[in-house]
Amino acid sequence: MKNTTLFLMLFFFSVAFSQKKLEEVKVESNKKGIQKSLSKTANTIVVSGKELLKAACCNLAESFETNPTIDVNFSDALTGTKQIKMLGLTSPYLMITEENIPSVRGASQAYGLSFTPGTWVESIQITKGAGSVVNGFESISGQINTELIKPMKDIPFFLNAYGASDSRFELNTHFNTKLSNHWATSLYLHGNARVAKNDMNHDGFLDNPIGKQVNLVNRWQYSNPETGWVSFINFKYMKDEKQTGELNFDKNRDQLTTNYWGSEINTNRFDFTSKVGYVFKDMPFQSIGFQNSYSNHNQNSYFGLNQYNIKQQSYYSNLIFNSIISNTMHKFAAGVNFTYDKYAEYVNLSDVSRTDNSAGTFFEYTYDDNDKFSLILGGRFDYHNRLGAFFTPRLHAKYNPWKKAVLRFSAGRGKRAANIFAENQQLFASSRVFSVLDTDGKIYGLNPEIAWNYGWSFTQNFIFFGKPADVTLDFYRTDFQNQAIVDLFQSSHQVLFYNLKGKSYANSFQLDFNIEIIKHFNLRTAYKYYDISTDYLSGSFQRPMQAKHRFFGNLEYETHIIEKGKQWKFDYTFNWLGKQKLPNTVNNSSQDQLPEYSPSFGIMNAQITRTFSSYFEMYIGVENMGNYHQNKAILGNDNPFGATFDTSIIYAPVFGQMYYAGLRFKIK
Amino acid sequence: MKKIVYGMLLLFVAFSTQAQEKKSKNAKYFFEVNGNCEQCQKRIQKAAFCVDGVKMASWSIETHEMTVIINEEKCSLLDVKKAIANVGHDTKEVKSKNEVYEKLHACCQYER
Repeated sequence: MKNTTLFLMLFFFSVAFSQKKLEEVKVESNKKGIQKSLSKTANTIVVSGKELLKAACCNLAESFETNPTIDVNFSDALTGTKQIKMLGLTSPYLMITEENIPSVRGASQAYGLSFTPGTWVESIQITKGAGSVVNGFESISGQINTELIKPMKDIPFFLNAYGASDSRFELNTHFNTKLSNHWATSLYLHGNARVAKNDMNHDGFLDNPIGKQVNLVNRWQYSNPETGWVSFINFKYMKDEKQTGELNFDKNRDQLTTNYWGSEINTNRFDFTSKVGYVFKDMPFQSIGFQNSYSNHNQNSYFGLNQYNIKQQSYYSNLIFNSIISNTMHKFAAGVNFTYDKYAEYVNLSDVSRTDNSAGTFFEYTYDDNDKFSLILGGRFDYHNRLGAFFTPRLHAKYNPWKKAVLRFSAGRGKRAANIFAENQQLFASSRVFSVLDTDGKIYGLNPEIAWNYGWSFTQNFIFFGKPADVTLDFYRTDFQNQAIVDLFQSSHQVLFYNLKGKSYANSFQLDFNIEIIKHFNLRTAYKYYDISTDYLSGSFQRPMQAKHRFFGNLEYETHIIEKGKQWKFDYTFNWLGKQKLPNTVNNSSQDQLPEYSPSFGIMNAQITRTFSSYFEMYIGVENMGNYHQNKAILGNDNPFGATFDTSIIYAPVFGQMYYAGLRFKIK
Repeated sequence: MKKIVYGMLLLFVAFSTQAQEKKSKNAKYFFEVNGNCEQCQKRIQKAAFCVDGVKMASWSIETHEMTVIINEEKCSLLDVKKAIANVGHDTKEVKSKNEVYEKLHACCQYER
């Protein structure tokens, strides 16, 4: 009831606010939210900031809900964080960068995407397949690059307030000043909090964590077109606190006791990044760039009686030179980079700290015949203290066989050190015993993960009964030569980590069909098929909590913009997931057993946005309209310190229907 | 002393004349090329790139303006214009032969 009151208050406050609107119109071009290119070489989709306004998306993790390329999983009961997958593989297998500097990696792998507020984002580029060698060797199934709003292009003031029926509130404020023709600076402040405990399924546990986050960034941009110099300097600070577990858990009284089961995850993070670029005089095709980044990530947490602390200090440096070979049909990028990661990591007080460093050099050649064919061929050579000395080749090619069609192919190799504890920390919130079976490797006893990814994609734009439409077929395969296997099939009381023995692959097929039914009324649909199979000790199984078949649909309708920028926007998203393989629970008592497969189900989200002027808009929406939720979210919830306790098996929403509303106010 | 000054002056003059004659490796030029469509754009740019020494060539469909960066030690602006005329597109200085122009696709036949 308290939540509802708060929610209503926010809503009415917004309505009162809206009456004080400003006069003036600025017509903005009707750019599409998701852009697919026919001319780019790599299979890259650009998601504009406009697309992020279509759903609740409070942070980067939640900004892919209206996009079929990336699958957003349901937030687990514990952390409330949504995990993403691409080509059926989880985010550790993706290269996630912010303005081309690796951002979500190592210690931040589990929650990192929720540390970038959605309002900071200018656009997101999603590349399927191997990706470029310029940013590193770690990407396997794709790259996600986020561009933040540039200070030079920013507006003086922006305010966004958000409230939801799950008692989550957010406030975003942006300030920007142009200091001179060449200097501009932005300051973004973000705060969010979930204030009330929710237990909709009456299992005695919170459905999502309570907590708060303070997040700020200060950006400086210098650009001088006359001299060719550009520079960015960013300072970021983030503090995130989450508490979850039993309703009666009191963190001061019950911490690390068996009175009640509870968990806290507290993270502090500081980032500093700088970029300097120079475009040579009279040679717009030749440039040099130098990027440096330092981050300090510190997570302190406990899950019942399990303690997990990780601190990562990271330094990244990249020097890149771009030029041409005889003319702009032949371009190249060459450079060197250096990475240093110092981990202080404690799993239940046992010290698993390590220091990683690597240095590498890369060369990437791009051929473009300015007509039908283009190709990017890249290679890099690295030396890493744990992965050894190795070569990473990558290839992307594009061909336009006929009008409005494009055929793409890509192949490449990726190699990485799996941070098995950081990446699988949701398993600490269970009674599972962790065992690493191998001891010879250099990363927690395991060997580096190595995989090849290759795939093709075909897109055709056409006119369907007089309406512009397009269809895309994608097929990608990832073949693991070695993988750090996370085995939940051996027993429900254990999780085993070991080097792959046998085969592990991920096949993904995607069919997209998009059409503009009438002007301003668009339909997006996608069907996805995943076959992700791994040889475990107990046999070959599909990856758990992964649907083989998925269907996606999105309808958007916008009214014409009338005087003073008034407009209505309607959005509806439908996701259907087929049955998912579940971890083995046969050795639990019968009440804590799950079937072999989850049931199939559909989830619907909808949002209405009312733009009052180009300065002010409000939105209201609902997630999980059909109120579908998982019957039993926590196994052994009546005995959380018993052998069967497990909060990690989440295949559907835990929280039912959720309403939200928000407003956006701008001063231009 | 005088000799040295004369010598220096001579050296200086010699250098400056050489400097004036020294051709730019990255000379940027703008000029108009007749054409209409995307096909023209591809044809014009391709022709320019075939000239050894052309580093960058970009033709705008809207303004019909061609931007090139050439290495003047290897080719001249006239070479580029000739190459463009050879595939059917006129510039102020170099006109295309009639038979080449007539072979252009109907949508590419700009008004002469």
